[in-house]
Parts: sequence; C-alpha cells; structure tokens
Amino acid sequence: MPIKRLFIANRGEIAVRIIRAAQGMGIHTIQAHSEADAEMLAVRMADEAVCVGPAQASQSYLNIEALVQAARDCNADAVHPGYGFLAENANFVRAVEAAGMRFVGPSADTIDRMGDKVSARQAAQAAGVPVVPGSQGRVETPEDALATAAEIGYPVMIKASAGGGGKGIRIAHSAEELAQMAPQAQAEAQGAFGDGGLYLERAIASPRHIEVQILGDGTNAVHCFERECSMQRRRQKVWEEAGAVCLDDATRERLCASAVALARSVNYVGAGTLEYLYDSATNEFFFIEMNTRIQVEHPVTEMITGLDLVQEMIRVSGGETLSVTQDDITRSGHAIEVRINAEDPALQFMPFPGQVGQMQLPTGDGVRFDHFLYEGYQIPPFYDSLLGKLIVHAPTRAAAIAKLATALDDLSLAGLKTTIPLHQALAADAHVLADDIHTQWLEPWLDAGNLSATP
Amino acid sequence: MAEIQSPVPGTFYTQATPDAPVYKVKGDAVAVGDVIGLVEVMKTFIEIKSDVAGTFAGYSVENEAAVTAGQTLAQLDG
Repeated sequence: MPIKRLFIANRGEIAVRIIRAAQGMGIHTIQAHSEADAEMLAVRMADEAVCVGPAQASQSYLNIEALVQAARDCNADAVHPGYGFLAENANFVRAVEAAGMRFVGPSADTIDRMGDKVSARQAAQAAGVPVVPGSQGRVETPEDALATAAEIGYPVMIKASAGGGGKGIRIAHSAEELAQMAPQAQAEAQGAFGDGGLYLERAIASPRHIEVQILGDGTNAVHCFERECSMQRRRQKVWEEAGAVCLDDATRERLCASAVALARSVNYVGAGTLEYLYDSATNEFFFIEMNTRIQVEHPVTEMITGLDLVQEMIRVSGGETLSVTQDDITRSGHAIEVRINAEDPALQFMPFPGQVGQMQLPTGDGVRFDHFLYEGYQIPPFYDSLLGKLIVHAPTRAAAIAKLATALDDLSLAGLKTTIPLHQALAADAHVLADDIHTQWLEPWLDAGNLSATP
Repeated sequence: MAEIQSPVPGTFYTQATPDAPVYKVKGDAVAVGDVIGLVEVMKTFIEIKSDVAGTFAGYSVENEAAVTAGQTLAQLDG
C-alpha cells in the first residue's frame, strides 16, 4: 500500500530533502525534532512537527522508543531514517515494523547482514564481487605468510589477527621484506595481544574511493552508475563526483554489474551504496562495504541520471516495483558536489555554529544547493557541521569545475565561517583539475599549507 | 576567584569518558594548562584548559549540560 503519512526521523538538510520528495508525491509529512531543533527549516516546511526529546541526540534522534511512539501518535504509516542516526540500526527497523509502520529502507535482516563487515564480505564473495585479497583466516608461521602473500600479491599488509586499530600493521613490498617482518610482527602480536596469529591483506597504495548507487524493490535491482569520492579529510568526504572519469567503459560496466549482482543476491529494497577501493595502477576494484541508506552525496547521481532517488526509495518501501528498468537509466554529463560545513578552514576546521546572516545563493541551470538555512537561523552546536551541499552539473568534468568555481563565488553566508574557501582553493588546484587525486591526497595537501596560501 | 569559560557553545563534559574520573574535584591544585573539562561542539571535542593557577572550587554546570559560548564552566580559588 502506498505511503500516505511519512514520519521523518532525522534533521538538517536531509530532512528538508525528504520533505520535498514526499510533498512532491502528495504525501503528508511529519517532522521529528529535538528541543534544540524546534526552529529548523524542516519543521517549518513539514505538514506536522513533533518534539521527540532533548537536544542530546542520544535522547532524541537516537531514542528508538521516543521516535516510534511519536510516529504512532501522529498516525504515520512509514518512517524515513535519512542518513546517520538510526538509518542503519536493525533494532530501529524492527521497532518501526512491530508498531505497524513501514521503514523506508531495507529489512532489518539485510541491515544486519550488510552492516557487519565480515558477513558483507562473505555475501560479496558469494555474489562474485571482488574483495580486497586476504588470507583465509589466521596465518600462523612465516612460511604460511610467504605462501599466502604469493597468492595475494605484493605489497601485503601484515596485521595482528587479534588486534584492532593500527597497532602492529606493517607493509611488505617483497618476499624478502615479508620474511624479515613476519617474525617481528608475530612477536609483537604475541606481546601485545597474547596471540601471535597474523592476518595478511593486499596493501593498495593511494587507492581511490569509488562507490556505486543501487536501487532495489526486493526482486529487481538496478544501478545508477558510480561516484568518485576520494577527496576526504579524517575519513569524511568533502567533494564528490559522478561519474568517475578515471574508469574506462569496460571497468565501469563490470563495477556497476557487480554492485547489481550483490544487491540482487540480498533481495535489496530501497536505495543503497556499495563502496569500493579502486587501484588505478592495476585497474582493479575491491568491495569494502555497503551503506544501506540514502547517502549525503546522492544528488550528484540524481544530476547525471535525472532520477529522484529519495522518491524512488519511498515508492519501493510502499510496496511498489521500481519505476525504471536498467535500460531506462542513462547518464549525461558530469556532476560535482561540495560539502559546505560550518567550520573554519583557516583554524584547523574548528566548528562554527553561528547565526545565519544575509544569504546569497547561486542559481542557474545545473546549479543546486541542498541546505537547511534561512536568514536569522541560529545553528545548534549539538549535531554535525554540514550546512548544505552545493551541486553543479555540466557536460564535462572541466566545465563542471568551472561552473563550481563560479557558483562558490556567488554563494555567501554572512555570519558564518564555512568550508567555501577550501572548495575555492580545490577548484583552482592543478591536481584536482587533472583528476590526479586519491584518498590520501587531501590531508597532505592541507598540511603543506595550500589553503593558507590563498587569500 | 577565577572563572573558566567555554570558548564555544556545545555540550560540557566533566570527564573524558563515562568511565573516566572527573577531571578535577574541589580542593585539587590547578596548574596553567590543566584540562578541567571537554566541550563537544558539532561532534568535535575541545579540551578546556585553565589559563591561571589556583585551587579548584567546583564546576558551575553539570556533566553533559548544554552550554553557550562565554558561559562559566568552573571556578578556581586563589
């Protein structure tokens, strides 16, 4: 049965995005909010709003009981989780369904299965999707390590089987290096964890982060091409593109087909993203994890395909089949999104939850700004720093960067410190223009003072 | 009497983690640069350090309280 009354269990720009999508489908919207978010834009836009708890997310946007109760009290028939917060929490899905409502996303079991890295890796392998080559379980002796590394291929990363984090990680570039490092790594693992077992994995130097957008209705699954999201700081994406111009057509086809195979094998419902590492040196891609929700950077995919991903996920969660077939989904041009955060790039990205003064927003063909701001709005300090996303679409990557630079110059948010200067500097950088980047590129670029050199 | 104020708005913590001891209790000596608490602003944790020396007199707000920029977090004697 189609969804008629949608409860939005999120905040910020994604709540605004969901309300726009739902209202465009004639769906009644009910916005959840914390005490600190009573004045946010999504509350003003929604048909109804309901306070679910205090400012602290643990007592509001992460409070399963309060959210489900509020949704029931408002006679919602479905809950959209957005991203972050409870979007990938299987217990939330179960609570929503136990209360007789639909969850806009995959089943609790799918979230459990794809949210766990080990079971997701197994599901990927079973669907024929390449994963980062690694040892089958523990490696006990240096001889084992050498034999395993010969199969995996060098360079290999040596990790303590029992360890977590970066402790004891070594990278061997050859059998000679591995023969020397394996006994050291074993001794260190034994000392640190009381367990000398090792785990080996192919080390991918300077990989790119490439991901594939998929949509599923439980029976059928399609891909909406890939995104390139290598520009990251502290593992947070700051700049995203669709598509990945580094891929040749044959590789793109194999990559996207692998994502569809995995989505179909788990009977996926809703919008999802499969994340891969891509090794430009060998033209290989490896599945790393799946996000079972809409993502921050979904608009770049919408720009090149013309799809509305949020409407599509609402439709399939209401029990409809996908409105498009794979053949209907084509791509045109190139899109770039940059994240406008309330942070001061000149001061180590210190958060800046100020009050919004005069706003000047860029407009024009192929320019989109998804945000939750209005003049006079006081940004609360309790949540993440994302203010909005500036998205541009143009026939080529070079034209998209030029359009981005113009749009950034036209964007002004008085009263705030934002990451606009970071993106202006990136849009003028020779490496960025040449697409000569990878996941380890941005942080050294910042450390080298490339930002402070700009006015 | 000296006051230590929050440089930013956010959530104040008197301990590094829920299991850790509180940074200071009444009567503790406070040296310049000692951390007396944390303020979480937009998911970033900022250490609140004393820029004067003295004896800790107490926190002015509770653990996990919402604070504004410039709000007094703790007081020192001496």
